[in-house]
Parts: sequence; C-alpha cells; structure tokens
Amino acid sequence: MTGRHRLDPPFGRHIDRERPVRFHFEGRRYEGLAGDTVASALWANGMRVLARSFKYHRPRGPRSFAGAEADTLVQLPGRPNIPADGLPITEGLEVTAQNCAGGLERDRGARLARFARFMPVGFYYKAFYRPSGAWDWWEKTFRRMTGLGRVDPDTPHAGHDKQYLFADVAVIGGGLAGMSAALAAADSGADVLLVDDQPGLGGAMAYTGRQGEAAALAGEVAARVEIRVLAPASCSGWFADHWLAVVAGRRLYKVRAKATVVATGAIEQPMVFANNDLPGVLLGSGAQRLIHLYGVRPGTRAVVVTGNDQGYAVAADLAAAGVEVAALADLRGAGDRPPVPDGARVHAGHTVVEALPLAGNWGVAAAVLAPVIAQGQAGTPLPPVDCDLVVTSVGVMPAAHLLCHSGMRLGYDDDLAMLTLGDLPDGLFAAGKVANSFDPAAVAAEAKRIGWQAAAHAGHKTGRMPRAPKDPGAAGINHPFPYFPQPQGHDFVDLDEDQQTADIANALADGFDHVELLKRYTTIGMGPSQGRHSQLATLRLVAHAKGCQPAEVGLTTLRPPAVPETMGVLAGRGFEPERLTQLHHRHLDAGAQMMPAGVWWRPAYYAAPDRRDEAIREEALAIRRRVGLIDVSTLGGIEVRGPDAAEFLERIYTFAYARQPVGRSRYVLMCDQTGAIVDDGVACRLAERHFYVTATTTGADGVYRQMLWWNAQWRLSVDIANVTAAYCGINIAGPKSRAVLAPLVPGLELSGEAFPYMGVREAEVAGIPCRILRVGFVGELGYELHAPAGCGEALWDALMAAGQAAGIRPVGIEAQRILRLEKGHIIVGQDTDSLTFPQEADMAWAIARKKPFFVGGRSIEILAARPLTRKLVGFTLLAHAPMPQECELVIQGTGIVGRVTSVARSPVLGRIIGLAYVAPDDAAPGRTIHLKVSGRYVEAEVVALPFYDPDNTRQSL
Amino acid sequence: MPLGLLKYGLARRYPASRHFPIRPPLKDGYDVVIIGGGGHGLAAAWHLAHDHGVTDVAVLDKGYLGGGNTARNTAIIRSNYLTPEGVAFYARSMDLWRDLSARLRINILYSQRGHLTLAHTDAAVRTMRWRAEVNKHLDVDSQLIWPDEIARLAPTMSLSRSVRYPVLAALYHPPGAIARHDAVAWGYARAAARKGVELHPQTEVTGLLTSPDGSRITGVETTRGTVRAHRVLQAVAGYSGQVAGMAGLKLPIRSIPLQACVSQPLKPFLDPIIVSGSLHIYISQSARGEFVMGGASDPYPLYSTRSTLDFKEGLFAHMLELFPALSEVPIMRQWAGITDMTPDFSPVMGPTPLEGYYIDAGWGTWGFKATPVCGETMAHTVATGRPHPLIESFALSRFARFDQVGEKGAASVGQ
Repeated sequence: MTGRHRLDPPFGRHIDRERPVRFHFEGRRYEGLAGDTVASALWANGMRVLARSFKYHRPRGPRSFAGAEADTLVQLPGRPNIPADGLPITEGLEVTAQNCAGGLERDRGARLARFARFMPVGFYYKAFYRPSGAWDWWEKTFRRMTGLGRVDPDTPHAGHDKQYLFADVAVIGGGLAGMSAALAAADSGADVLLVDDQPGLGGAMAYTGRQGEAAALAGEVAARVEIRVLAPASCSGWFADHWLAVVAGRRLYKVRAKATVVATGAIEQPMVFANNDLPGVLLGSGAQRLIHLYGVRPGTRAVVVTGNDQGYAVAADLAAAGVEVAALADLRGAGDRPPVPDGARVHAGHTVVEALPLAGNWGVAAAVLAPVIAQGQAGTPLPPVDCDLVVTSVGVMPAAHLLCHSGMRLGYDDDLAMLTLGDLPDGLFAAGKVANSFDPAAVAAEAKRIGWQAAAHAGHKTGRMPRAPKDPGAAGINHPFPYFPQPQGHDFVDLDEDQQTADIANALADGFDHVELLKRYTTIGMGPSQGRHSQLATLRLVAHAKGCQPAEVGLTTLRPPAVPETMGVLAGRGFEPERLTQLHHRHLDAGAQMMPAGVWWRPAYYAAPDRRDEAIREEALAIRRRVGLIDVSTLGGIEVRGPDAAEFLERIYTFAYARQPVGRSRYVLMCDQTGAIVDDGVACRLAERHFYVTATTTGADGVYRQMLWWNAQWRLSVDIANVTAAYCGINIAGPKSRAVLAPLVPGLELSGEAFPYMGVREAEVAGIPCRILRVGFVGELGYELHAPAGCGEALWDALMAAGQAAGIRPVGIEAQRILRLEKGHIIVGQDTDSLTFPQEADMAWAIARKKPFFVGGRSIEILAARPLTRKLVGFTLLAHAPMPQECELVIQGTGIVGRVTSVARSPVLGRIIGLAYVAPDDAAPGRTIHLKVSGRYVEAEVVALPFYDPDNTRQSL
Repeated sequence: MPLGLLKYGLARRYPASRHFPIRPPLKDGYDVVIIGGGGHGLAAAWHLAHDHGVTDVAVLDKGYLGGGNTARNTAIIRSNYLTPEGVAFYARSMDLWRDLSARLRINILYSQRGHLTLAHTDAAVRTMRWRAEVNKHLDVDSQLIWPDEIARLAPTMSLSRSVRYPVLAALYHPPGAIARHDAVAWGYARAAARKGVELHPQTEVTGLLTSPDGSRITGVETTRGTVRAHRVLQAVAGYSGQVAGMAGLKLPIRSIPLQACVSQPLKPFLDPIIVSGSLHIYISQSARGEFVMGGASDPYPLYSTRSTLDFKEGLFAHMLELFPALSEVPIMRQWAGITDMTPDFSPVMGPTPLEGYYIDAGWGTWGFKATPVCGETMAHTVATGRPHPLIESFALSRFARFDQVGEKGAASVGQ
C-alpha cells in the first residue's frame, strides 16, 4: 500500500508507481513510491504532521510542498533540519520529527502553549535576569527548549567535493521563463548553464496542468548542445561578477558566468487567520504540487479561500483529484469570476477567519467563514463548514533572493499590492514571475528577449533583439491584505518563529517601529525560511498598524544563502597546504618526530617521544663535539638580480650591502614601517648584480610579498624570485664538518683562509652543484649547502656516508634551538613581538647608519632617540633552579616588565640559560631579575651574550 | 514563571512600554552630540546622563539604532588580553557586563560560557602562555590547559592528532561570555532616553562646524538640518576614517570587512566559545541554538558589506577540522561588517586636536566586548575634558609618539 490517497495518472509526474519504497517516520513503517518526498509519501498515508513548532510546540505540517518551511524540517540519522518536502524517500530511510520531547504525538513541550499569555513578544528580554545569575539557570532550560534538530557528534565529514563551471549565461530556474531564456541565449551562440531545483524541468507548468507544454520545452532544451542542465541543483548565492554557488547533492559547483538570468519564479504567500498553522491548511500551489507532482489527493473535503482567479484553478484541480470542494470564499466582492466545481458554494466577499482544530491541534475539523467588512476585518461568522483542508490563494512574492544578493532592494507597488524589483547590476537579468510577469505568452516572449540580451552581454550578439509584446501586467494576482487578526490569537504571521499578529502590534507599541528593529525584536524572518512566507505579511501589517503605505515601511535585507547550504558542502574536501622538504622521508626513516612550522613539517628530534629530552641533548652535543646535519630546506630562498640589486637590499634591509664583496654573505634584518623586526636571514652576493637572500621558514612568503610590494613603488631594476622550493638546504655543522665535507668537494679549498667564515662559494659536492654558505647559526664550524631540490636525498646520503666514521647524525629543530640560544641568536617571532625594534633586541649593530633610507629607518631613529622601556638580555639560572617556561613573566616590583622568550637547559654549559625582556635598569650583566615561574618568584642573573664561546672562535675556525 | 512576566499574562491589554521614544524634532543645539547610535554611542550617552548629569545630549545615527557593527558582531565578551593596559580596560568592561541586565532592566542574555583559544603550533602555545601569565598576574581568570582538560570542556570537538593542525593546548578563560547584542543597544537607548537623552535615528551627519580659526568644534550638519554642539563624540566604527576626515583628522585606521554567518537552530551541542587563531575560526552556540561563526577578515580594505563565497568555503574547511560532526548543519545567513583596524590592535580613544571633539574608534574586531567600558570612559572624558585613566594609553597621539599598545597577539580574528 503506497498510500490511501493516491491518484491515478495523469497525476503524479514525479512518482514511479512500479517502485514502492519503504521508510520509517517516528519509528512507524510507511510505504511510498520512488519520486515521493518524505512529506508527500506521509501525506499519501494520511500523516500530515511532521514537526512541532519552535515556541509553542504546536503540531505542524507542510503547506507549500516546495521545501522552504521550518515546519517540515525533520531529522535523519546524522542530518538535522532536512526539509521533508524536499527530501526524496529512499529504501529503509529512518526519519524522525524534531523539537519534540517524548515523540511527535506526546510532545511534552506542548504544555508550554498553556503559558503563552505569559510569553509575549520578546518575553526573554523582560525577565529572567534577577537576581543576578538567574539567567544562567534559565538559559539552560531555554536552550533545551529551543533549537530544532540534533547534531550527532559522530557524524563524519566525508564525501563532499567541488567543481568549477564556466558559462556565458547562467540561467537559474527551469520553468517557462528560464527555459525560454536559455533557448534564446543558445540561439545567439552562448554557452548556457541551466540550473533547476526540481527533478524535471518545467517549473510551475509541471503542477498547473501544463505538463505537455513543459515537456515540449524541456525536450527542446535537451536537444541543444549549447545548454547544460544541472538538476536537481540549487543556486544558493549570487556573488559579485556572476560568481554563483550551486549545490547539487554533496557537490558545490562554483560557476563563473558572464551574465545571469534569474527565473526563479514566485513564492506563494499564506493568509493570516486563527489556527492558520494547522496541518491541513495548504497553499493553493501546495495542493497542486501534491496532486500533479506526487499523485496524492490532498484531502476529502476542502474549503478554498481565494483573493485571485488562481484560487478557482486550484478548486478545479482539487475537484479533479476527487476532493469535495465544500465552499469557495472569495475575498473580493462579486464580479466576473471563473467557474467553480459542482457543488461548491461560492461566498463572494467572504474570508476564512478561523480553522477549527481536531483534538490536539492535529489537523483541521472545520473552517469558519465570515464576510469581509473592511481591510483586515470580518463580520459575523457563518456556521462552520466541516472540512479537512483549507486551501488559500492570495498572492505571491518574487523569489528574488539571488537578485537581492547583488544589492538590489525590493520595493512595493501599492496598485498591484506586490513587491517589485529594483535596479540590477550589469549582466544580471530577471525573467518571469520573479519579475512580476505572469501571462504565459508574455513571459515566454519577454524571456526570449532577456535571453538574447544576456547572450549579448556575454559577447554573443546575433541578429536583432527579439520583440516582446506588452505584458498584460500582474493586476489581480495579489490580494492587498489577506490578513484577519483574531482576538483569540493563533493567527500566525511567521510560522517558523511562532509569531502572531499581536506580537507585531505589541512590538510596535514597544517602540520597535523600524522593520530591522521589529525583525530583531520579534525574530520574524530570522527562522530557517528567512521570511519567505512572513516578510510580505509583516510589511503590510506594519503599514496597516502605522497607517502608512507599505512602500514607506521597507524590507529587511535578504542575505545569502538563498537556500540553506550545509557546512560540509561549503567546506568540500578542504585543501590545507602542507609542504614537505625533499628530505622528509629520510627524517621519517631516521625516526624523527615531525612538527609543524608554518605550512612545513620539520623534524623536531630523532627518537621515540619517551626519549625526547635525551635525544635533544645528544643531538646538541653531537654538533658541539663532532658533526651533525640539519635540514634547512624550509628557509626561504629569494633571488634578487639586476643592476639595482644591492640598492634594493639597502632599502629593504637595515644593514649595508652596497660594498659587500662578491663571495661573501651578510646578515639581513627586515623591519616594518613602524621599526618592528619582521624577519632575518643572510644575503649572499654571488655576483655583482646577483644576491641570494634567505628568510625564516614562516616569514619567507611575507618577505617575498613585501619585496614585490615595495618594488612596485620603487621601480628599481631588479628581478625578484622566490626560489624556496627550488633548493634543498642542509647545514653540516660541528668541529668535524670540514673533515667530512672535504673529500666530497675535491675542487674547493676549505681552509679557513681560502673559505673564511661568512664566505660563499659555488661548487659541486658529491657531484651535486651547490651554493655553499659558511654561516654560524649554531656557533660551530659549519657549511650550509643549498642544492637543487631534486638532489636533496642524494646529497644527504653522501654526507651521512662520508660522516659515518666521524659519528655524524641528523639533528632536529629542538637541538638547533638550544644551540642558537647558547650563541644568543634570536628567533624572529619568538624572541621578538609585533613591537620589538632592533635596539630593544640589542641589534643596533645590524643598522647601517649612513644610508639615506631603509624601510622602518625613520621610525627606528625616533625610537632609538628615546629611553628604552625594555631590553632583551641573556640570563642564567643555577642547574637546580626550577625550569622557567617560555613566556613566563619578568616582574620588577609588582609590575610586568617583560617575559622569558627562550629558555633551555644547556647540555654543553650544564645550566639553564635563556633570553628575556627586562627593564633597562636591570639589563647590565650581573643584575638580578625576578622571574615568575609557576606563580612563584625565582631570581635569575643577567649575563653577557653569547653564553657559549664568547669570542666566536669556534665558528670561524 | 518569573514575576516579571505576570503582568503580561494577567493584563487585559498588552502593557506596552516604549523602548525608544518617538523621534523628537531636532533642536538647534545640544550640549553634546554623539555621532553614531550603536552600542558605544548609546552607552556613552547613558553614562553621560547617569554618571555626570549631562542630559542635553543627542545621539545621531544615519540608520536605525544599533544597526551597524552592534548588529553584526558575534557578541563574544572576554578580557584575556596581552598588555596590562588592555587587560585592565577589558576587565573593567567585564565587571560592568555582569550587572548590565539589572542596571539597564533588560535581559541582555549574558551567558558565561567559558572561552577557549586553541593553540595548534608551538608558537601559538607560547603566545597563549604569555597571555595566561599576564592575565593571572593581573587577576584575570585565565590559564593554559592541555587536551585532556579541553576534551572535558568541549567534548564534541575533535582532538584528533591526525589532522593538519592538531590542538596542542588552549588558553582557557572561564569568564568568557556571549550576549544578545541587539538588546545591549536597546537597553542603553531606553535607559538614556529615560534620562532625557534624545535619540535621532535616520539622521546622517554630513559635515562638521568649527570655530572660525578651525580650532574648536561648534556643531554638526545633518540631513535634518544644522545642530550646534559644545562637544561632539564620534563613535562610528567602520566609518571612523570618513567621519574623522570631516574633522580634519587622519587616523591610522584601515577599514576592512569582516564576515560572519549563522546556522539554523539546533539542540545544544557546544557550550564554550571556541576560537582558533591558526585556523582563523570562532564559534559559539546561541541561546536560540544557532551556531554563530566567523573567520578571518577579508584580505583587503573596503567600504562594502557584501558577502563572499570564499569566506564561507575557507571558514568551513577549517571549522570541520575541529567539528566534523557539523558537516550536515545548514547555514542560514551570512553578512559582513566593516572593522576599523589599527596597527597595534588597540583602540583610539579620547580627545583630539580639535577642541571639543572626541573620538571612540579603532574598534576593529574587538568593539562589542568593550561597549560598557567605552560608555563609561568616553562619558567621563567628554564630561571632564580629560581622558579617563583607563584610556590614557589609547590616545590618538600614541602613534606619533611610537607608544603603541601591542594587542595583536590577543586578537581572535585572523588578519
């Protein structure tokens, strides 16, 4: 049994009667047909209630069958807030209702409705805050009551991806207007992307008895190679320059179009009367979708309430589907109206004022009609009419969300009682009902013209612009005020948020008379459907209450997304850059623990984690006593070449480079315009006009960017290239490094005289062409070898083999940090902060005084002329003292004067050493400073830097 | 059922009480004109009236009250800053926040959730320890915690080690809170209006009037006419540079869009506020059940509040590293505000070279949490003509003096 209320063909365009599908809702088993949504299949089985409402926990069901109301949101395993009227059923699907405690039928939350009188608009602002701290308790209760679905903490993020698409013309909406526009654009030779959110093209034609037309047009579209159709897919956002987000299942298409045609149609709007939220109160288009798309008879006995001629078509469809139309109330007075189904009693000039509920508000039992006596007012009610359906047809608002994303503001036309479009940016077009065009012939013709224009905008101008006949207009579509507030309430304006007409009136009385304030105070329009069914009513009700025109009230902004997007679809697979050096696998083979350094991974130390401290100590001592290898490939490498290369470095860095000899390297220190230190490294002069500059691992990209940025202004004749990835770097350091290296560089004299400290040479090492830098970051004799990246492993292997007898070993970053600390070298970013300038870090020596300009120079001059407020110094502690941690504070008196920036137990010195910012009057060696270590004060002694080898004899051997 | 709601249930008619008086005609002149009817301007107005008896005050705003960054921020409140000046300032703000509902007689839904700033790298761990140490020394409740404790506070967050940036530690700030931002503006507005302050929404300032020698402010030009004023305070966030420009001031401020977004409402999933500077994300769950989320600032200065797709893509790629379980949660709305960024990530507050003209700017991504203390200190400054002691170090002149107050290390938002 696939539902008691199934209709025979031709009804049921989407369903496949041969393929029953079983699923569960609230633990009960149901059977539907392939092509059904959860909502249509349940309705076919007589189940109209899908959810409990946000505030009062009233039973709610679908009204539009278009997938846009909070009242149809259901829970799937691991997936909250899924619109049941947009969710196709699949075999074995487990669906449960949301926002109900103890099941949909016995929701304990429904008791809240009894206290509705005590919960006026914005009630949570009016109480719960006294005594102090009371809200902490209340909030927990509130949080349990609010919220709809549940997040399953075990939900994986998987299976999402993204794809770029390009089109001359993107057409959003595959109804009459969209298909016509797409065909016209294709006729002009444009590549067209047609996006539609339904399983088949056709738009409103598919459920208004024009399936034949729809199929014919869809056939034409399918036959065109220029048109690519994405369906079902939802365009959720229009961003600047026709950048569109289109969601299809678990894929996000990012579409760049040259022009966009929005043909998204119109959203039918509900009426306001008492109990207008009951399951069984349907929009006309909702009833029609149920009948035509899903082949489901909406009910047995209906009362139709209409403010336009469309309501008569709905009544006819209901009758054709076997629903008895008991009465048709026309809000308008007597006039020339379309025919009504046999047996339907027409009440001209009448409205519905109340739907009488079944027990527990589970559905509709009857409708109460009454004569309309003035705008929003009804007279003496007629006797109730028994029915299980109340179907309304009172007008629409344009589905203009995508247009609004461009910054367009909706207006209001008082004569038509319709929202109207404003100015659109170049290349963005609107066609069909979204543009308030309703006559099919006019829509088709106008859409062809717009398709032609869009193609022309995209550079495909063919022939003459098609002519469009005059549009007969949209008069009679919208009733200006189909709202009949009732003293007993339950006359809902925003069903997502359970806001009623009295809430609007009361909010206005509380002074919230600007629409934005009203929205924020009442939360109207802030629920999952984002005002789709409440914005127009609110606008009119506010205008009515204030005695002004709706156009003067204005609307709140419609923001992206136009339809909900999940976080997963936006995230996609997530591409987080990750860089590995050429030697990465050598490190892993050697048992390294890797650590992140910016986007890179670097070896921290080479041992199991439980041997960490021991390994670091051994590695540090290896370099002090024998020889070690450090992977320095992550250091930035930047080539600066050209006639102005030296001049460029003079301006970028603080030091002097104009007279730097070829074959020598020199320290570089970069400051920003405020004089703060931002990076350091060395500049190697490889030729008169060629420098090879290093930068820190995490600073390299910023340095390169800064260089380009500055030279865009200076226009010096230099070429700047970031070659970090092109080179692999290995530092071989330690007293035995020369002996290990020598046999590998037969062509190069390595003696201290021939290749002194700070020298730079280019030579082959083990047959691999290298730039060899004699530098001393770790304070021992050492050579940095920069080789082509592809040769990294070969070079590493050659060095390890050559050093085997000397006891060579790989050395990680942690040991390097200790070694450089022993030498008093700073790490930019660790020993400096965003305000540190060179004098504070005792680096005045790195500033060339005579050059006319360098970045930050003027600031440094001003800063240097003032008394220092802090200074970076070395300090030492006795070996048994408690070990301070980096960033613990230096206290003078009771005030903070600085912090420990680096600290370690020196293996070679046998004591705790560190760098810290101290007060200038405590900066002299021998002074005692006070560190706050784990909350207790510890004395430390300021000592001169460097801690190790103060005469620098070892590095310049 | 709290007593405060009884009257609503028992009264025959809804006992309305206007939050905002009907907008009066603009007078020829006021003692004080405040440009900007957001949280800061309204709080300053209330403190002027309440603390100093200065009630001849008009608050002007080009839009509706509280419609700028007050309406657009993600409402996070904390005081775990990095400099002693910053900590003292924001700690005072926390003191004021705690009593604010009772003082303003509106429930601002102030919710102390605890605030976790995650560290994913060694460098970040160091910065967190620095902040924790400074905070502790200055009696702010803040500490460095490790993954076991993090797991206890945020059990639904992934602490997997096999992700690109595993969580190594966090700065835990138990007093961290969120509040209903709109209610803050409404509360100050109502309280100020009851003291006699005039509220003038939809009144845009188009120019400033000065004495003939240009040394002193004398009034403002507005879309509703000219208004004389003895003293003028500007509190306009993203438009600070433009308004200050009318006063002949050049601010070291760049206006950069910052975007945020909100999910559909869901049942409670996350209690604390989670921030990750390395991943450029922050998230909290509101009392309504919505996830309120933000990420890095846009990469360029702009005076536009348009939304972008890239923002959401980057935000959620990172968000799902920490919260893979949110993968199927629908996003409901995104928006942008314009942040007024200073070079040192501290505000610009106090008197200006134009006599009688006061500035409250440079609020970047940290303005909402400062709302109460800004009101208090700016009111003091305007009323006495001397900067309040808590804001002396935030003077505009600090940039010329190279006395920056470096708070970059305490910023939540990636730049």
